Amino acid sequence: MTKLDSKQRVKFYQKGTFTVGNRLVNKKERSVQASMERSNAITSGHRACQGCGEALGARYALDTVMRITKGKAIACNATGCLEVFTTPYPETSWQLPWLHSLFGNTPAVATGIAAALKVKGKKDVRVIAQGGDGGTIDIGFGCLSGMFERNDDVLYICYDNEAYMNTGVQRSGATPPTARTATTMPVGDEPGNVFGTGKNMSLIAMAHNIPYVATASVSNLHDLEKKVEKAMTYRGARYIHIYVPCPLGWGHASDITIQLARLVVDCALFPLFEAEHGAVTSSTPIRKKVPVEEYLRPQRRFAHLFKKGAIDVERIAKIQKMADENIKRFDLLRKEEETTI
Amino acid sequence: MKKRKKIISKKAIEKERKNIKKPFAITLDVGSSLANETGSWRTERPVYLDRLPPCNNACPAGENIQAWLYLAEEKDYQGAFQEIMKNNPMPAIHGRACYHPCETACNRKDVDSAINIHAVERFIGDQAIKHSWIPKYNTKPSNKTILIIGAGPSGLSAAYHLTRLGHKVTIYEAGPVAGGMMSFGIPAYRLPRDIINAEVKRILDMGVKLKLNHKVDNVVHDMKTGKFDACFIAIGAHLANRINIPTPDTSKILDAAGVLREMETGKNPPKLGRRVVVYGGGDTAVDVARTAKRLGAEETIIVYRSGREQMKAHEFEVKEALEEGVILNWLTTIKEIDNSGSIKVEKMELDNEGYPKPTGKFETIEADSMVLALGQNVDTSFVEKVPGIKVSDKVVEVNSNMMTGYPGLFAGGDMVPSERTITVAVGHGKKAARQINTWLSGKTYKPLPKNELASFDKLNKWYYADAPITVQPQLDTIRRQTTFEEVLGGLDGSNALYEARRCLSCGNCFECDNCYGVCPDNAVIKLGPDNRYKFNYDYCKGCGVCVKECPCGAIKMIPEQI
Repeated sequence: MTKLDSKQRVKFYQKGTFTVGNRLVNKKERSVQASMERSNAITSGHRACQGCGEALGARYALDTVMRITKGKAIACNATGCLEVFTTPYPETSWQLPWLHSLFGNTPAVATGIAAALKVKGKKDVRVIAQGGDGGTIDIGFGCLSGMFERNDDVLYICYDNEAYMNTGVQRSGATPPTARTATTMPVGDEPGNVFGTGKNMSLIAMAHNIPYVATASVSNLHDLEKKVEKAMTYRGARYIHIYVPCPLGWGHASDITIQLARLVVDCALFPLFEAEHGAVTSSTPIRKKVPVEEYLRPQRRFAHLFKKGAIDVERIAKIQKMADENIKRFDLLRKEEETTI
Repeated sequence: MKKRKKIISKKAIEKERKNIKKPFAITLDVGSSLANETGSWRTERPVYLDRLPPCNNACPAGENIQAWLYLAEEKDYQGAFQEIMKNNPMPAIHGRACYHPCETACNRKDVDSAINIHAVERFIGDQAIKHSWIPKYNTKPSNKTILIIGAGPSGLSAAYHLTRLGHKVTIYEAGPVAGGMMSFGIPAYRLPRDIINAEVKRILDMGVKLKLNHKVDNVVHDMKTGKFDACFIAIGAHLANRINIPTPDTSKILDAAGVLREMETGKNPPKLGRRVVVYGGGDTAVDVARTAKRLGAEETIIVYRSGREQMKAHEFEVKEALEEGVILNWLTTIKEIDNSGSIKVEKMELDNEGYPKPTGKFETIEADSMVLALGQNVDTSFVEKVPGIKVSDKVVEVNSNMMTGYPGLFAGGDMVPSERTITVAVGHGKKAARQINTWLSGKTYKPLPKNELASFDKLNKWYYADAPITVQPQLDTIRRQTTFEEVLGGLDGSNALYEARRCLSCGNCFECDNCYGVCPDNAVIKLGPDNRYKFNYDYCKGCGVCVKECPCGAIKMIPEQI
């Protein structure tokens, strides 16, 4: 049980502590999403699936950027779900200047934008590059590494839904082990995606020693917004990796998008942390740990692990081990002395 | 041969440009996606609704607890006071003496622990007394006068609500003070007398006439002489239940109600002696035992026929009694009292069905006095004379409108079938007042349909931070044994605020902006402070994320009408 001293008690807004907004908190302390003046970077009418996590993740991140830069931001987008559902010709949902690059060259195009702004002397206009996990981790990897290495002033945001969703759920370098995709069917000796494959893009970004790297989840809005805000205070190459559930691709009910994003954090499969210049500077402790099974069960892409009468205990244990390693590495189960109110 | 360069003028270039046909891919101007109304994708739609919080559902006085906690957490204590006063005119008393079924029902107990509702209500009630707040209401005065018999919690509540509805009220009270069981049944260490006086005075100051020491013998006659249009009887249950215990000296056997009444009205406190035995297992037994301790009894023993778990007294009362040194002899019955004052008791044991049966083992307890706390009965003598009134099981029968068999004669409180607490009595008073009001206008009362219950499964508890309950400060044991000072202290300003803010606001929107923030399609319109939200059904795809992420369960999905 968290202990609050008398000063903290009076400030205790309990209901608003983790909700998007709170009528008891003054407006400055509320999240960007709570404001009636939020820019709604992705407005209504887009063609995302019901309950799409990426639509949320992108709006959360870009609304924060728009508030900080007072609307002076240019976004460059890789091909993928986000680009396709927001801009079916001739309509667009974007409320900020937006470019569509090729699938794999978004970081390079963003570099070009940043360079052009520098030449024109427009110091207040900032550049955001965004893409899905396929466009970032696999196809755009080379360009991204180059952008990091040159330390170009671009914030790259990766929306990780763990497969190439737009083209029909094919496996990417972010697909978790045992997940079923169109190219990793649950057959044979190693059903689903194979253990031991895949890349941890946040750690790779850290290895480039760039000024700021962070991971975030759409379930922890305040955390996500803080990280985007912090990223914008730096100049140079920055990377934020946002976890976004995909109801269609993962086979879960459309109303549990946020719940799954919460479970993945609470079971430690997706640690929330920040790093600067190659060293981890902070991590968000887990409020209430859950076993990985609770996260895996609601998704049909893991259904083959839970066959009636033949639960794949061994593979689930392997996944749990991955989670436990994250806990150790990022100290996720520590007890915080003060509660963040 | 020199080739002459062809000079192309700017004009010519412009002309060329205008004649070029644009490729199809850029013939359309960029438009907004708002043209694409994705609401057509839906098969079900979310709707906002208010659900019934379990605390409101459990309150016998029908308080809208969630609503006044909502105001209290904004520091609007006077607003919270007005909200309480809509249903219950005596918050300071209830904050001390109510058994808070609201807290037993509170959903927060499944997060950490229930809200300390009675402590916050007490704080608001005390603030009201301190600042002399009065209830605010608008009503047209009617020309009806109502008689109320009994100035206990039920009668006072009825008087309050009837005055609030615009009628004139007169109360006839048989005793020398108002308050009923609040004054004569609940000891001062739980309910200080100045609190009772302040809240009673606030009701009387609204224009209620009170005649003390005025016992009613013929109700119908009094109604005619006083030209009363209706009557509410709430005389309570003051007659003690007695059993036959063989004893040479009946003067040593007292009854609990009598002892507590003498505490209130007698010139000197009752003399119970150094060793007191209390027979019974209800709250009154415990109250008398604790009173005896404070009056100087060195040893106070509660003797109860069945086991500890079967005792009807509330757990916390027994706990406080034991802390003060009261001794509990359960599974013991009293057989007889002999000449020297020794009490012969028989030990009991529980049989397989959990009923006590005699063991044949006897013991002797020495005592200076014995107090029977075996339950109380209604004095139905004067009521039985009224034609149409039916008494069964020693209580007066009333229909669902609180009316007896005699038209215009209503009854409530301990004298009708009820769980005998002051909160239930206050609830009866309110209900009877509204029924009388409707009856006088010649209409029938139609209760509004209740909202569906905001059970715990409708909430999303992740959004509520851990926050342990604020416990009220307790007087130390020595002071408790020797004085009648209040045992439980109240909360102060910051504690009360903190406690009110722990409320989950079950089933009622508290404008947390979650639905507004969590909709992937931006299909929730925020209407501003105090105006909540509206769904933009042109774009809502019916994904249901808002329903799942609403912390208090104030949204639900309904099938789309196709």
